[in-house]
Amino acid sequence: MIGILMIAAFLILIVWNGLITFYPKQIEVIHLNSGKVMAGEPIRTESFKIDPQTLQKLPTSVREAIKTGDVHASRTLYKTGNFDLYNEDYRWVTAFDIKRSDTPPEMVIVERSEWGPFIGTITQLELGEETIVDPAAIFSRLPDAHREANNRRDAIQRLERNEIGGINHLMEKARLDLRRVTLKGDMTLATLQAAQQKHDRIISDLQKRYQELEHQADIMKAEDERFRIALADVENRTKTLKLSGIVRIYPANTLSEWQKLGIYFSRWWEFLTAEPREANTEGGVMPAIFGTFTMTLLMVIVVTPFGVMAALYLREYAKQGRLVSLVRICVNNLAGVPSIVYGVFGLGFFAYTVGGIMDSVLFPERLPNPTFGTGGILWAALTLALLTVPVVIVATEEALAAVPHSLREGSLACGASRWQTIKYVVLPKAMPGIMTGLILAMARGAGEVAPLMLVGVVKLAPELPIDGIFPFLHVERSFMHLAFHIFDVGFQSRNSEAGKPMVFVTTLLLISLIAIMNASAIYIRNRLKRRYLSGHF
Amino acid sequence: MTEQPGTRTSMDRKMVHPQHGAEGTILDIDNFCLWYGLKQALFNNTISVEKGLVTALIGPSGCGKSTLLRSLNRMNDLIEGLHTSGEIRLDNQNIFDSHVDVIALRKRMGMVFQKPNPFPMTISDNVSYPLKIDGIRDRRILSETVEKSLQSAALWDEVKDRLKDNALGLSGGQQQRLCIARAIAADPEVLLMDEPCSALDPMATTKIEDLINELRGRYSIIIVTHNMQQAARVSDNTAFMYLGKIIEYGKTDTIFTKPRSQQTQDYVTGRFG
Ligand SMILES: Nc1ncnc2c1ncn2[C@@H]1O[C@H](COP(=O)(O)OP(=O)(O)O)[C@@H](O)[C@H]1O
Ligand SMILES: [Mg+2]
Repeated sequence: MIGILMIAAFLILIVWNGLITFYPKQIEVIHLNSGKVMAGEPIRTESFKIDPQTLQKLPTSVREAIKTGDVHASRTLYKTGNFDLYNEDYRWVTAFDIKRSDTPPEMVIVERSEWGPFIGTITQLELGEETIVDPAAIFSRLPDAHREANNRRDAIQRLERNEIGGINHLMEKARLDLRRVTLKGDMTLATLQAAQQKHDRIISDLQKRYQELEHQADIMKAEDERFRIALADVENRTKTLKLSGIVRIYPANTLSEWQKLGIYFSRWWEFLTAEPREANTEGGVMPAIFGTFTMTLLMVIVVTPFGVMAALYLREYAKQGRLVSLVRICVNNLAGVPSIVYGVFGLGFFAYTVGGIMDSVLFPERLPNPTFGTGGILWAALTLALLTVPVVIVATEEALAAVPHSLREGSLACGASRWQTIKYVVLPKAMPGIMTGLILAMARGAGEVAPLMLVGVVKLAPELPIDGIFPFLHVERSFMHLAFHIFDVGFQSRNSEAGKPMVFVTTLLLISLIAIMNASAIYIRNRLKRRYLSGHF
Repeated sequence: MTEQPGTRTSMDRKMVHPQHGAEGTILDIDNFCLWYGLKQALFNNTISVEKGLVTALIGPSGCGKSTLLRSLNRMNDLIEGLHTSGEIRLDNQNIFDSHVDVIALRKRMGMVFQKPNPFPMTISDNVSYPLKIDGIRDRRILSETVEKSLQSAALWDEVKDRLKDNALGLSGGQQQRLCIARAIAADPEVLLMDEPCSALDPMATTKIEDLINELRGRYSIIIVTHNMQQAARVSDNTAFMYLGKIIEYGKTDTIFTKPRSQQTQDYVTGRFG
């Protein structure tokens, strides 16, 4: 009972924190007693015990006020942004240090693709030859200019990633082709030279093309450089940046509720569809969603036939005796092995042994760089399949055992063979139970992170496991995973405060993703139930 | 009867007086014994089942009726530690011969169980199941068979509008008639029924009994029952079993009115059982 309450409270905490994270807050400009000025979003306020020396130095009136409050003072954490200027982006401010604070309308938040947010004011806008300084004009021109800048950035990115990336891929392929020829060993000098020449020809063609594209990219970048915005913080330190380096810009203190909602949803959209920035503490988690999903799917594809076949053998075919009981005990015990042990096994067996052999046989030309001989999404899926196969076996065996004996007899008496009986009567009847086992396995596998860290999960994957280059599904690639993302952002990043909102949102997302996958599996299960009842086989 | 007196059976000749069918016998159970592990369940049973007639097996529970019935289509094969001696001949072919195909054998014998056991499929899929496992996929043949079998099982009128509904939605009596339809779908020669009415209410029981009377002649029916009125109503011949032995086998009328064995007399008059 208490357990359920705690879980509910925990879920509510995550959902609440996850949901409010993206809602825009106001910017406060704070004038301190020391004469300094600062600006930031208030994050949270807490009371703390003040040390006696500091207390001594305070004016009497303040001291009296604190004394009545049991020697505790209140302080607030502000997100000040501007990491490039301040070398910090969060700052605690004690309540008695504040002279006054207000929310001036000209303050803007600029979410940048580098250095995190900037909090301050816009001083001028450079659009090519034109320079605008009038605030009203700036705000009216900004949205269009920003959209154009985004288009330019996307075009540059497309050029660099798809076309130049494609050329890099082809060059690598040519190099590997050449190496494969040289590795064969039994080649005559003539064929070797021919291969070398072919390689050189391809490379020089590609290089030419590469230079063209790079030149094109340089032109586009130079053009992009001409559209800039100048910003100033509250202490009038200035910063100029390209418009295309801005993710989002908004005047935080003059937003209507609708505009706030718009920003809220655009942030969610970015979170779900974009790639991470700033050591994963900003931007989106799309690669991690994708990785989690693909890996879980692969795992289910692997674990289903194995688990079901093992259970079928144990329950339907093997002679029920001491050996089968022993196997059963082992399977049950497997479920209790710490998951990191599976990780070690997966790394040692799948990646190093199986992958190493595969590399030396299939991809000798790429050595010493491993292809399959290191962690990857396939090995991760196999490791998790190993981890979850006991769940599937136990659930399937139970489901099979629950099929009434009279049904099997009925089928056998009709002249059905054992396998026909299993296929047409036993399995359909057991299917809901088997699906339940798969759902449990999936839930366990999708949330598991310890073994994955050994067999292929990375902080930042350069490429998705599925893309447009043949063979489209690259099971050898390392991948990102939401659970690892949480761990990485929350505990491994330079600044745990910056990661905190991401931790909540990502946790919320992971829980939702698992819930969605389970819900769809349950939906499929119910559909199956109905379909097998109407039995079209 | 064709047996040799004294040598292989302990059954007295005068205890065997069945009514003979027009087409001779279909099953010859010859000196059949069966052991569950070390425990002997059937002792030297010898009877011949007449083709086209209804034969009832009666006796107190635990006397081995089901065991005998399930030996006929070798449903006991799956039980570990089971062994037999003697012969059971279907059309003069010993079903325990090593070259006999059990699956083909079972296809020649439909079986209906004590508890209705429709498969979790539609009504029509249940009936066409024996054909489908034979690899018959022709929709026309399947639907014809479904209709014919359901009509034979006196279920057609009740389910013809919901053939695609789940069979589990039928009532107990309907389910049992569905199982009969399934058992006769593959056109067997023998129909084995193990207490087919014991889980049904009186109305449903009457329907099944009527059905058995209608199927008489088309199939050789062997029905196990511990309900003596039922045996009297539906069967031509009755075998009385006691402690793994057939005590008396004969014309149903005779068994119930003037049985030759004292044990049969005691049982049918309700003095024990
Ligand atoms: N699978 C089995 N294993 C061992 N003994 C069994 C098995 N089935 C039945 N028996 C025994 O064989 C005897 C005959 O059982 P059964 O043929 O079911 O009787 P009936 O159908 O006449 O009530 C009973 O003593 C029963 O305990
Ligand atoms: Mg019985």
